[in-house]
Amino acid sequence: MNDSLLSALAGLAAPAPATLPGRVFTGWTSAPSRLGDVFVAVTAHGVQFVRPAGSADEFAAAYRDRFDRPLRRLDRLPAGVGPALRGRAGRPPLDLHALSDFERDVLAATARIPAGQTRPYGWVAREAGRPRAVRAVGTVLARNPVPLLVPCHRVVRADGAAGDYMFGPARKDALLRDEGANLDEVAALARGGVHYLASDTTGIVCFPTCRDARRITPAHRHGFPTVAAAVAAGYRPCRTCRPAA
Amino acid sequence: MTPDETEDRLRRALARDLDAGFAEVVRVHGDVVHSVARALTARAADAEDLAAESLLRAYRALRGYDAGRVAALAVRPWLLTIVRNAARNAARDASRRPAPPPAFDPVEPASEIAGPAQEALRADDRRQLTAALAALPEPQRSAVVLRHVVGLPTAEVAQVLGCAGGTAKSHVSRGLRRLRTLLTEPADTGAAQRVSVSGRSAP
Repeated sequence: MNDSLLSALAGLAAPAPATLPGRVFTGWTSAPSRLGDVFVAVTAHGVQFVRPAGSADEFAAAYRDRFDRPLRRLDRLPAGVGPALRGRAGRPPLDLHALSDFERDVLAATARIPAGQTRPYGWVAREAGRPRAVRAVGTVLARNPVPLLVPCHRVVRADGAAGDYMFGPARKDALLRDEGANLDEVAALARGGVHYLASDTTGIVCFPTCRDARRITPAHRHGFPTVAAAVAAGYRPCRTCRPAA
Repeated sequence: MTPDETEDRLRRALARDLDAGFAEVVRVHGDVVHSVARALTARAADAEDLAAESLLRAYRALRGYDAGRVAALAVRPWLLTIVRNAARNAARDASRRPAPPPAFDPVEPASEIAGPAQEALRADDRRQLTAALAALPEPQRSAVVLRHVVGLPTAEVAQVLGCAGGTAKSHVSRGLRRLRTLLTEPADTGAAQRVSVSGRSAP
């Protein structure tokens, strides 16, 4: 039977676009980074998961348990991811779809901390719009799917100690020193009860790692235990590092 | 390789290594999954979304299956059941949302591996046929798509629809009859209808 309806229906068949497998599978590969070799998982949207290289099976199992998607080996990383992992400039796209709004807000705030600087967990909570969720911020960052690309190592305890890191406190310390953070000075200030530095020439109070704070000459530098104390003394919080008012 | 051999090879690949096996499933059945998704969605842009979502659902289901269930799996009809369910869910969700502003659906470029049938099918014929398919009631619509767009044997159509073979056959033939009527009836909008795909007035 020469039936044109049937041939028209057969003509509706539309082969899958070449992009379809990339929408289903997540690519993974290993790459050098500031943490040594890492395994990296990348979807069509961006980098989704970064973990220290070790057993490929363990990485795959951890990935699948968390994201529930199939993996396939990737030949090469998308442009920009390699340099970002090695600490060069650049912010490759991230795939944070699997996270909650709060988790995304926490990571977005953390990503705004400049290299060589630190902020306390409470600062991240406030920047993420949930000032009381300090403990929850710690939980989110301990599970950061994309360490280095979202620099959770720059989030420290309010008492000045570096605090925990998903790959151990020693690596956190090393990453921060490598970025030129003034950890020893911050620790010495903290021992004297100082957590904020103000300049009497600018009238501004900052976190001690803020670029502006580090430029204050000793003669004009004043330490404070709290921002409130600095404000009471007539200083205004820095608009760059945004210490809590 | 016969369809049965292909199915068997896919089952063994899935049992050996789920992710590598699933890559093989997508390579072998990606086109049929996408074709069914395309025929069951109103807009071309939604077809790839539906195909990708269906494949992810399939993978997630497979992760929970034990070896016995994978060994007994009829891969292609199982996949197409998932596509059909996902399409119905998507349609139901869409009907609950306010209608989006009318979008211009760009004419698709001719497929590189288009057969004679595809080349013959002009874009507006295609749109007209897709619209007529969308007007079919379920399960006639799925039955016609599975049988005549992707050419499944009637027994496999029955597997996807979850009915007896004879029932599937009657869904297909009633669906075709209704399609012919839809395509020859004068449309509300006037003279836009043509009979070139109706089969009743072959040139």
